[in-house]
Amino acid sequence: METVTITMKNPPQLYLEADNVTPDKFAGKSASQIAELHVYEGNTTSTLGKYFEVAGSAGATAADTKIVVKGDVSKVKYLGMKMSAGELVIEGSADQYVGAWMSGGKLLVKGNVDAFAATGMKGGELTIEGNAGNYLGAAYRGDWRGMSGGKILVKGNAGSDVGMYMLGGEIVVNGNIDVHVMTHAEGGKVIIKGNAKSKLGGQLVDGTIIVFGTIDVMMPGYKPVGEAELEIDGVKAKFAHFIGDTGERKKKRKGQVIYGNLYKKL
Amino acid sequence: MTKTMTDVVCPFCGTLCDDLEVSLSDDGKQILEVYNACVIGTEKFLHSQAKDRVTRPRMRQEDGSWKEVSYDEAVEYTAKILANAKKPLMYGWSSTNCEAQSVGHEIAEMCGACVDNTAAVCHGTTLIAVQDIGIPSCTLGEIKNRADRIIFWGCNPAHAHPRHMSRYSIYPRGFFTGKGHKSRKIVVVDPRVTDTASLADIHLQVEQGRDYELLNALRVALNNEWLPDVVAGIPQEKIREVAEVCKSGRFGIIFFGMGVTQSLSKNHNIDEAIALTKHLNEFTKFSIMPMRGHYNVTGSGEVLAWQFGFPYSVDLSRGFARYNPGDTSTIDLLLRGEVDAMLTIASDPGAHFPISAVKQIAKIPSVAIDPHLTPTTGVSKLHVPVAFVGVEVGGNAYRMDNVPIDTRKVVDPPAGMLTDEEFLTKVRDRVKQLKGVK
Repeated sequence: METVTITMKNPPQLYLEADNVTPDKFAGKSASQIAELHVYEGNTTSTLGKYFEVAGSAGATAADTKIVVKGDVSKVKYLGMKMSAGELVIEGSADQYVGAWMSGGKLLVKGNVDAFAATGMKGGELTIEGNAGNYLGAAYRGDWRGMSGGKILVKGNAGSDVGMYMLGGEIVVNGNIDVHVMTHAEGGKVIIKGNAKSKLGGQLVDGTIIVFGTIDVMMPGYKPVGEAELEIDGVKAKFAHFIGDTGERKKKRKGQVIYGNLYKKL
Repeated sequence: MTKTMTDVVCPFCGTLCDDLEVSLSDDGKQILEVYNACVIGTEKFLHSQAKDRVTRPRMRQEDGSWKEVSYDEAVEYTAKILANAKKPLMYGWSSTNCEAQSVGHEIAEMCGACVDNTAAVCHGTTLIAVQDIGIPSCTLGEIKNRADRIIFWGCNPAHAHPRHMSRYSIYPRGFFTGKGHKSRKIVVVDPRVTDTASLADIHLQVEQGRDYELLNALRVALNNEWLPDVVAGIPQEKIREVAEVCKSGRFGIIFFGMGVTQSLSKNHNIDEAIALTKHLNEFTKFSIMPMRGHYNVTGSGEVLAWQFGFPYSVDLSRGFARYNPGDTSTIDLLLRGEVDAMLTIASDPGAHFPISAVKQIAKIPSVAIDPHLTPTTGVSKLHVPVAFVGVEVGGNAYRMDNVPIDTRKVVDPPAGMLTDEEFLTKVRDRVKQLKGVK
C-alpha cells in the first residue's frame, strides 16, 4: 500500500470543500498530479496544492492507497466523501461531511468531526476518536436513505439526530448521545455505552437501540415487554426490553407485526 | 372631502388581510385613518407617514457616524461587495414583494451567493419536515367554511395574527359552519396560559420541549396502543379524550407556530404533527397549516423553490443549488464564519439572531435594505431606505396558505425614493458589468 501525506500549510480564509480527498480520486496519481486536483473555497475554484503540501504517491488503485491528512483541517469539509476502498487517516479534527456516502475502506479521525459525518454511508469503517457532531450516519436533507451499511465507532460523545432514516449497519457511541436517535429508521443498530437524553426511536419503523446508561425521557410509543439478556462485545448483561414506535406504521412478516426494539441496561 | 380606498391588502403578517379601508387626504398624499386592520397593521400604514423617516441611503463612517450618500453610490458599494466576495450571503426577503425577490436571486446566481429568508429562524423547520414527509394542507377559505375541530399548537394568534381567529379559524360563520364559534371545538396546546388558550375548549398545558412526545402519544392513542400514565405532563386519559375529539370532527385543522418549530425537536415536531394529520385522515378529514409570520415569507419560499428548487437556505456558491440547513443556513454561516459579505433586505436579523451572529454581520462588509431604522441597519455598513411594499408600491405576496394576493399601492413614497425592486435592478445591472455577464 502506497501512502500520500497532505499537510495543511495555507489555511482557507473561509471554509474549504475538499471532496476530491479520497483514495479513489488519488489512485494512480503522482504527488504533482494530486496537487492539481480541485478544491473549492466559496465560489472560487483552486487546487489542492494551493492549500496543502503533498508528499508521497498513490497506489495504482484506491485499495492500494492510504492518505494521511496532517495539520489543521478543522475548516475543511467533505474529506473522504464517497470513498470506496483504501485508507484515510485524519490526524486532527475535521469539519462537516467526513466520509459522507462512503461505501468501503477505512476512515480514521483522531480528533472530532462536525455534523453530517457518514451521511448516507453504505459500507466500510469509520472510527472517530473524539466527538461526533449532529446527523451522524443520517440521510442527506430530504433523502429517505440514511446509513445502510458499514460500521461507525465514536469513542467520545455524539450529537443529535444520529442514524436518522437509518436502514442498516451499526453505530457504536462509547460516550453520551444527544436527542433523537434513529428517527424514521427502518433498520440498523445504534449502541450507546453512555447516557441518552430523550426522543430515542421516534417514528422508528424497524431497528434496534441499545443503551447502557440512563435515558432521561422515554418516548410514549415504546411499550415495556419484559427483560432480555444480550451479549454485546463479549459482555453479557440484562436489559429492559421495549418495543415501538407503536404510533408509527409497521411492517408485517408472516402475519406478525414487526416492531423496533429498544434495550436499556438494568 | 377625504378619499377612501377599499380592498387594501395589509402587508404585516401571513394572514394577509385583503379587506382594509384606508382614508386619504384630499390630495391623496397623506394616510389619515386605516379601518378593519388590527393595531399592528394600522401602525404599519401610519408609520410610513412618519416625519423623521430616513429617505436617502447612509454610509457608516470610520468614526461611527453616518453620512448621507446617493442611491448611485449605494448601488456601487452593494454591487462591489457582492461581486468581490467569495461567499456572499443575501438574507431576508420576507417583507418585500415576489418581484424584488426574483431580481435578488439573479444577483445571487451571478455572485455565487447563499440566499436565505426569515424561515431560517421561523418555519424553516416546517419546510424540512414537509420535504421529509409531505403535507396535507388546504386554504384558509376551506377552514372558514368547513372546519369544526381547530387545534392551535405552539402558536398564539390572539397576539401574532390578530385577525386570523375572526376571519378564518374560530368565529366566522361559513357555508357548513353556520353557527360560527358554537360549531367549532378549539384545542390549544401551549405550556403557557395565553390569550388564545383562554378561548379553548381544551387547553393541553404541555411540558416545555415535550411536544414531540405528546404528538407521538396522540398517534399511539389513535392506534389504541399502551400509553404511560402521564406524557409531557398530560394524563393519558386526557390524551385519549383529545384523540376522540379529533376523530369525531367532520373537518379538522392543526395550526402551529414558533412554539413547536423553534423549540426542542424542531423539524421533528412538525414531522410528527404532519404524520398525526395523515393518521387522523384514516378517521376523518384533517389538514395542517403553518402560521407564517412575515406577510410574504411564504412568497419568498415559493419564488426560491420555483427558481432553485429549495424554499430557503439555498447555497449557490458552486454554481448549482445546494440545500442543507445546518450547513447552508444563515445563522450557521454567520456563527461559523463561512461568509465574507452580507446583504440584508426586508427583515431584521439584528433583532432576532443570537448576538454572536449579529456581531459577525458587523465584522464583514454589509448592506441593509429596509424602510425602517432597525438594529440591523444599525450594525450594517450601508443602510438603504426604500419604499414600503403594500403601502407605497404594490406587488405580489403569498398568504400563509400559499394563495398569491397582489398588494396595492396606497400613496406615493417620499420624492426620489426607490423601491426594493428598483434598487436591486440597479445593483443587478452593475453586478453584470463587474462580472462581465452579457
